[in-house]
Amino acid sequence: MNEVPQTPRTIPDRLESPFRSALKSWEALLIVVAVAIFIANSFASPYFLNPWSLSDATFNFTEKAIIALAMAMVIISGEIDLSVASIIALASTAMGFALQFGVDTPTLVAIGLFVGLACGAFNGALVAGFGLPSIVVTIGTMSLFRGISYLVLGDQAFRGYPSDFAWFGQGYVWWVISFELVLFLVLAGLFYVLLHRTNFGRTVFAIGNNPVAAQFSGIRVARIKFMLFLLTGLMSGIAAILLTARLGSTRPSIASGWELEIVTMVVLGGVAILGGSGSIAGVVIAAFIMGLVTFGLGLLNVPGIVMSIFIGLMLITVIALPIVAGKLRQQTSGAK
Amino acid sequence: MSLIKNLAVTTALTAAMFALAAPAQAQTRIALLVKSLGNGFFEAANAGAQEAAEELGDVEIIYTGPTEPTAEAQIEVINSLIAQQVDAIAISANDPDAVVPALQRAMERGITVISWDSGVAPEGRAMHLNPSSNELIGSTIIRLAADHLPDGGQVAILSATATATNQNIWIEEARKVLPDYPGIDLVTVVYGDDLSDKSYREAQGLIQSYPDLDAIIAPTTVGIVAAAQAVTDAGKIGEINVTGLALPSEMAGHIASGASESFAIWNPIDLGYSATYIAYELATGAATANEGDTIPIGRVGEVTIGENGEAAMSEPFTYDASNIDEFKNIF
Repeated sequence: MNEVPQTPRTIPDRLESPFRSALKSWEALLIVVAVAIFIANSFASPYFLNPWSLSDATFNFTEKAIIALAMAMVIISGEIDLSVASIIALASTAMGFALQFGVDTPTLVAIGLFVGLACGAFNGALVAGFGLPSIVVTIGTMSLFRGISYLVLGDQAFRGYPSDFAWFGQGYVWWVISFELVLFLVLAGLFYVLLHRTNFGRTVFAIGNNPVAAQFSGIRVARIKFMLFLLTGLMSGIAAILLTARLGSTRPSIASGWELEIVTMVVLGGVAILGGSGSIAGVVIAAFIMGLVTFGLGLLNVPGIVMSIFIGLMLITVIALPIVAGKLRQQTSGAK
Repeated sequence: MSLIKNLAVTTALTAAMFALAAPAQAQTRIALLVKSLGNGFFEAANAGAQEAAEELGDVEIIYTGPTEPTAEAQIEVINSLIAQQVDAIAISANDPDAVVPALQRAMERGITVISWDSGVAPEGRAMHLNPSSNELIGSTIIRLAADHLPDGGQVAILSATATATNQNIWIEEARKVLPDYPGIDLVTVVYGDDLSDKSYREAQGLIQSYPDLDAIIAPTTVGIVAAAQAVTDAGKIGEINVTGLALPSEMAGHIASGASESFAIWNPIDLGYSATYIAYELATGAATANEGDTIPIGRVGEVTIGENGEAAMSEPFTYDASNIDEFKNIF
């Protein structure tokens, strides 16, 4: 009974795009869920519908969501990057280390981005260059990158980041609209174009569906994969800047456990964990859903463990329901 | 069809989760924010906070904390407490620095913030409540030995490393109060380096070198357990009393066997109780937390705000055969 339900795989991401199929899409379902949660939250807590509350809530997920954008592309290509949270730790440690020599804010940002890119390049070289499985490589670098942070910091912390650096993680662009949120939305737009409107994005889907066929079609699979790991590294570097600025300090335990939350976000967003399909819109909506759910439950002071159970149930429900429904439909049509 | 079904189930699930709790509005809402939930020490602190809330009357305690003991997770909880417009947050922090920006935002929005147990850097809170102070710990460890030596006797100290800052300060403070106990003779201080086997050998050495030894004081949780084991193995139970600072869960067996008459450590119930009192007094404006101010804390007494806005609650709480069973399951 190890029959896995197979949905037909199509390489172009939109063969039929009439209005009706958009309505039936995963993204439409997610939007409805998000709206339902939003309404439920508004009724459940008198504190929810407050611009400042909602603004505070966005801080809880924007950094993770920024990484999730790049993670979605990596997973669509059939790979995974579990070292992202450790890249945050290493980039943050590097920035804190540089801070001890009194560098200014633009240099700090440059260091964060550079370390992120360098870690991504390291992952990418191992995966694309040597053809190693990415799950093994990034589990290794997950320990490696964070291990270096622990070596440098031990039980100490870097603190004393300049106040103009703090703006990246605590500042507001306009009224309650934080810099983090704006940056996330801008990046989401860029990733949408990159994945759904460029040749590069098309090749990512092709690789995820069948890397061998993609190779024989003239796609430079290794190079694309290398670039995808560069992207997750870069996004982790950006997240490291935001998170470090928000916390105002660096400890080696920073962002621990985030890699699984990010993968959860991506999967909830409808990206097939085995690669080949998914969309940026889904991931963006999933990020908001997770943010709304945890914040809403937090307002009711629901214990964290109940929150984890709820997120788990939500994930399983959202993933399983369409499959179960599809099976039921198959059975009923078979009976006829 | 499947879409509608999906919708119905998801919405129902969500609604069910949200129907769980409806907060009752009290006049003063104090959040007791701990490092992580599911920890006996903090559950005990919550029991103390509830006790204080009952005494104070119009107080609602929001006992909360993240599942993972990380700063990021705790900041999410702080954000939700800010949104709920609680009156005060009493936090035991996972990171003294990382929570500061979030707590500063809480203070900007008019929330009283204090830290207790595990502190926050001074710019992120109004005051910090330490469970005890060096003076009180130093005098307590001598008193613990003296309590069971009415006619005086020889005591030795088994410390951690020779360079351990905390232990050295406590021993220094202990020496200061020695003149108050004329019969007590502190014969030597030895160092077990907080290693079980070395501490055990040092304790054995003490037993052999000082045949008339009456008590071993170990102001370290590793040392006290090793010393109690050495006394037990040497068959000296009843002759040499082992005391000092320890965790009830680790010492329950040695209290039962008699190798240790009593020992001390902070009481989490009193800590939660006191933190609640202080948060209440500060949030209602009945007290201020400037250096030198005193704040009453119900049955525990009062605290005086010292340097860096820190205050010491009381001398460590004494554990013996009468209460060990209650606390050994807590921490």
